Formats: sequence, C-alpha cells, structure tokens
Amino acid sequence: MARLRIKDGRAAVDDRAKGQEITLDAWRDGVRPEAGRFELSIPNTEDVEALAAVVSRFDAVILDFPTFQDGRAYSQARTLRERLAFKGEIRARGDVLCDQALFMIRCGFDALDIGDGDIEGFRRALNAYSAVYQPAGDDMTPIRMRRLPNSVAA
Amino acid sequence: MYRYDEFDDTFVRERVAEFRGQVARRLSGDLTEEQFKPLRLMNGLYLQLHAYMLRVAIPYGTLSARQLRQLAMIARKYDKGYGHFTTRQNIQYNWPALIDVPDILSDLADVEMHAIQTSGNCIRNVTSDPYAGAATGEVDDPRVWSEVIRQWSSLHPEFSFLPRKFKIAVTASDEDRAAIKVHDIGLRLYRNEEGDRGFEVLVGGGLGRTPFIAETIRAFLPERRLLSYLEAIMRVYNRHGRRDNKYKARVKILVSVDPDDFRRQVEKEWEKSDKDRLDAPLEELLRIRRHFAPPNFEMLTQDSAALNDARRDNEEFNRWISVNSRAHRQPGYAIVNISLKPIGKPPGDISADQMDAVADIAGRFSFDEIRATHEQNLCLPHVKKDDLFAVWRALDGAGLATANIGLASDIIACPGLDYCDLANARSIPIAERIAERFADPRKAADVGELKIKISGCINACGHHHVGHIGILGVDKKGEEFYQITLGGSGAEDASIGAITGRGFSSSEVVDAVDRLVDFYKDSRKPGERFLDAYRRLGAEPFKEALYGETSH
Repeated sequence: MARLRIKDGRAAVDDRAKGQEITLDAWRDGVRPEAGRFELSIPNTEDVEALAAVVSRFDAVILDFPTFQDGRAYSQARTLRERLAFKGEIRARGDVLCDQALFMIRCGFDALDIGDGDIEGFRRALNAYSAVYQPAGDDMTPIRMRRLPNSVAA
Repeated sequence: MYRYDEFDDTFVRERVAEFRGQVARRLSGDLTEEQFKPLRLMNGLYLQLHAYMLRVAIPYGTLSARQLRQLAMIARKYDKGYGHFTTRQNIQYNWPALIDVPDILSDLADVEMHAIQTSGNCIRNVTSDPYAGAATGEVDDPRVWSEVIRQWSSLHPEFSFLPRKFKIAVTASDEDRAAIKVHDIGLRLYRNEEGDRGFEVLVGGGLGRTPFIAETIRAFLPERRLLSYLEAIMRVYNRHGRRDNKYKARVKILVSVDPDDFRRQVEKEWEKSDKDRLDAPLEELLRIRRHFAPPNFEMLTQDSAALNDARRDNEEFNRWISVNSRAHRQPGYAIVNISLKPIGKPPGDISADQMDAVADIAGRFSFDEIRATHEQNLCLPHVKKDDLFAVWRALDGAGLATANIGLASDIIACPGLDYCDLANARSIPIAERIAERFADPRKAADVGELKIKISGCINACGHHHVGHIGILGVDKKGEEFYQITLGGSGAEDASIGAITGRGFSSSEVVDAVDRLVDFYKDSRKPGERFLDAYRRLGAEPFKEALYGETSH
C-alpha cells in the first residue's frame, strides 16, 4: 500500500511509520489516543464542521472515497482547510485514481493512499495543468488573479 | 464575443494533452471501460449502441463564423458530413472514432472551443439567451455572467463528481428564451427597486421522470456575489443529494422534499463562506465585459425602404420575415432565426455545407456572429434590415429558409427509437408527420404559436413536459403508443403539461393533434395562443375534443 505525500505540487512516497488510526465511531465511543501520531478516519457522510474541536486534536484526517464517483469528501476537505483552517495532513483513501488526484490536491488533500497505483501516473496527473480557474482548498493562484495588472503570480 | 487569452488557451491545450494520454491508456488496455467512462464523459464522449458520440460545447450558444467553419471541417473530416444541434445549444457528432477524438479536441482548441463538461455528473456547459446583446428589454448581456460561470465551473475540483449532472441557465430579460425554470439552477438578472442589478436564483427545475418547475430560493442576489452563492448551492447538493438511486439524484428531488430547508441550508453555507475570495474580482468582471461590447452598429432609421419593397414584391420572403425575424434593440437591425426544422427532416440536423453557408452569411451580414438556440435552431443576431432580402436569398440557396419558427412544425424531438437504445418509441417519424400536416404556411400561420415537443421515453430529452402539446412515446405490450400532455411551457410562464388520458397509436396520434388544433381554432379569442386558450378553458373541453364525449 503506497502512500504519497504532496508538497508544492511534488509527490513523494511517504515511508514514515503509519500513525495510530482512530475511527470517528471509536472516538465517539470514548477511545482516546495514547502517544505518537494520531489519525482520525471520517465517513464521507459526516458534517466535518461539527467536528472542529475533534479534528484539531489529530495530526491527520483520513477521508473516504467509497467509489471515485462519490465526491462528498471533496467538500469535506475544503471545509477542513478553508473554514476550519485545519493544518494537519488530509489523506484520501478508497478508490483513489490518478485521474482525480489533482481535484483532491486542489480541495486540500496533501496525502493519497494509492494502493498499488502507478506512482509515475500520479506524478504526471498532478502536473497536467499549469493554470486553474477557481480558488479552492490549495494555494494555486486562480487564472483570474494572475490576469490582474501587476500580478506577481503571472 | 469572448476571446481566449493565453491562460484560456493553455488550459484547453493541457486538457487535450491530458485526454490524449487517457485515450492512449484506454487503447492500450491500461484503463478499463469502467475506469475510462467518467474521463471520456467529462470530455463529452459518449459510447452509444454502435459508435462513439462527441458532444461539443458551445458556451451559451455563441459562435463565430470561424468556429462554425471549423465545426463544418470536423463534420467532413471525422464524421459523415453533418452535425446535430441539441436542446442545450451544443453540437453532436455521431460517428467519431475513439482514436481521432484527441485530434478533434485539438482542432477545436485551435478555434477556442472544447468539449469539457458536456456530459458526466458535473456542472454542464452553461446555456443562455440566444438573443443576448440583441434583444430589446435586456438589463445586461447575460453572456458576461455565463462566461464567468464557464470559467469558474471548468474542472471545478469540488464539483466534478456530483450525485448527478447539473445544468445552469442564465437570462437577463423578462422574456425567458433559456428555459431557466426547468434547469437545476436558473438565474434571472434584473434591476430591483433601488436600481441595483442582481439575480433571482431558482433551483430544482427539471424534466425527466419527475418534472419540476424550479423554486426561487433567493429573490435578489447582488450580481457580484454570484460565484460564492453558486458554491453554497453546489456544496449543499454535493453533500446531501441522493447517491443511492440514480433517478432520485438530481437536485430537484432534494429541493422538492423541503424547499424551505434547502434554502436555509444554502443561506447558512453562504453566510459562512469567504465571499471576497470566492467571488470574481471587479477587474476580471470588467475584463470579461469588454469582450461583449456591442458591435459597430451603423446609425440607421428604424424603417428600411429596401425591406418594405422586398416584402411587398415577394410573398414568400414576406412570410419568412413575419415568422423568422425578431425585433432588435438597434434601429434598422433585426434578429434572424434560421430554422433547422425543414419539413420532413430530423430536427436540429445540419450538413457541413450548410454550416459553411451560415458562416459565410454571418461573416457578410451579422458581424461574424451565430447563435444556437435551445429549440435546436440557429440565429443571426445582428442583421441590417436593408440586408434581409440578401440574407434570405443566401439561406434559401442553402436550403435553410424554412419559415416556421415557433409554429407547429418547429418541433423539438429527441432521436427516439431510431437511434437511441433507451427509447420506447420512435420520435422523428411522428415529428415529420405532424410537420407535414402543418406544412401549408397559411394553415400554420393561422394556428400561430404552437410548441409541440416529442420524447421517445420517460427521460424526456424532447422536453414534452413543457410542450404546449407534449407527446410521450410509451411501449404498450410491444407496440408504440403516444401519450399526449397539454398546457406545458418552458418560457417565463413555465408550467408542466397535464396528461390527457389514454395514449394513441402511431397511426392515430397525428389526427389526435389535429383534433386539438381544430378545437382551439373554433374556441379561441382573437389573437389568443393555443396555450392561452387552454389555460382559459381548462383541460376538459380539450379532452372531449381528443376522445369524444363518450370517453367519460
């Protein structure tokens, strides 16, 4: 199971030891982490905004793509990054294909569980676009800002 | 018209390169059809029963002569020499080979076009008023806002895997030529009592199995807040739209369960959003607006002696003017509709030679501009009245001077059982036979505005729910039957048609339509349209005309 971490548009294999995963259900049942790196896995039906106080205690949040057609976790990731200003890792898990990788990164994911996916394919997909139209959960400058006179990002 | 800058150009070129790679992976077997499907769909490529079908986006229905010539070239080089204009202002090619599609997309990019998001569970190509920038009574050019939406929605990272497809239409007139009330989101730009421009935001309209007229979820949204508000609607839908049942996944179902709750959720989401970051900066709005400055109209008098003389001398031309032309805001100019519904031909089809002819005429007589309409016709938005006779002659020479806009033979019909594997019944032969019944121009003119719309199955691609007379093909024990609905409208007075009763066989249905029209002619008040007579008299007398008094 390869994991990629993406920083500044570059993907690197994450070979750190996995953190301790706690599901949201377990958390609600009173399970509490003890020591080390903690990861909270959240189903894609949850309102993450209501979990602000919980996620802030974790190093990473794992969001789920049961199939690649089910795009609910994109909204969760943007809410975590843009509204809750969550600074930890947001990792995509499930049906994670290279063709959706850029959408994920743009929504604020910075780590992908890619299973036995082709790492080079992911790298290519992440660099397919040099320009994007809309602001989202990442720090790519939208085209409309690059068009402004005196834009340093042009 | 909007022209791409280096960023737009780079974006579509990168899109072509990406898809070229995906097609190569599909052809090599690296991708399964199941994995490839959402990728090709987001590039407008369907796999139909026998071949691929490519749907090309014509954002808000606006084309230049150069673009239309390129569409003709593509029809010749990669298809069988024709294209088909759809009810969403797009054009479809029915026979492209998969291996050619990246080259077609590259040829499209050469003329600032693409096929992005003409399919798939994403925000589809935005549609608008075909008379934009030409119609009287517009508060702004709706294409400015349509282009803002086009850019914002292109490869939107959050909203590319929605529960179901999502269609947005924009208008800036009281007269609705974009069918905004039967879209997932309809936007009507207007001025409020303070004189400020803003949108009435409607959500949850749609046809298909369960037709709905959209609900107004915000009466007035300041125009500069458009994108942040759209994001709020889309996020509520992405999170809460049903994903367990394809037939209940459209936003109309979510809205219809509890419109007030939907409204509250959108408002709550919007209240919390970082609007200044999400909304387009004013400089960008100004930049886009500059592209839609009016063309260099000549200062003319409203009346044209040349037009009046030609109308007096030529009865056929005179009829075409009465039926196909519309008032223009600029004195001495007219809007010209080009019917793609010649009697006896499939609605919306056009040959490559005809595309070239229209492009030439637009180049000479309409500031290089062509529009596609949601009623599957074309339109030349800015023609000098002095030139109308020459335009008519040129269109007539190309077989494009059918004078039937808005009349009984200007029928919307889906491809039906002749082409579509979802259909239960044929649509095109019924459309052709009805059109023949009303082919006599005097008869058609006497009947006046009558919108007949035909769908070959419950998916309603022929928009039968909003036909003044709607016809729905159904399968009854292996035989094609046609159910008639009455009183629908997709315009500003939108309504869903009501089913009259038992269906008619293929041999009965044209006579049935004729009986309805005869009853209307006998019962109307002077100047009253079919739809208005139906609304005044109610369903009962029309049912009697259809079935006879013994039926109940």
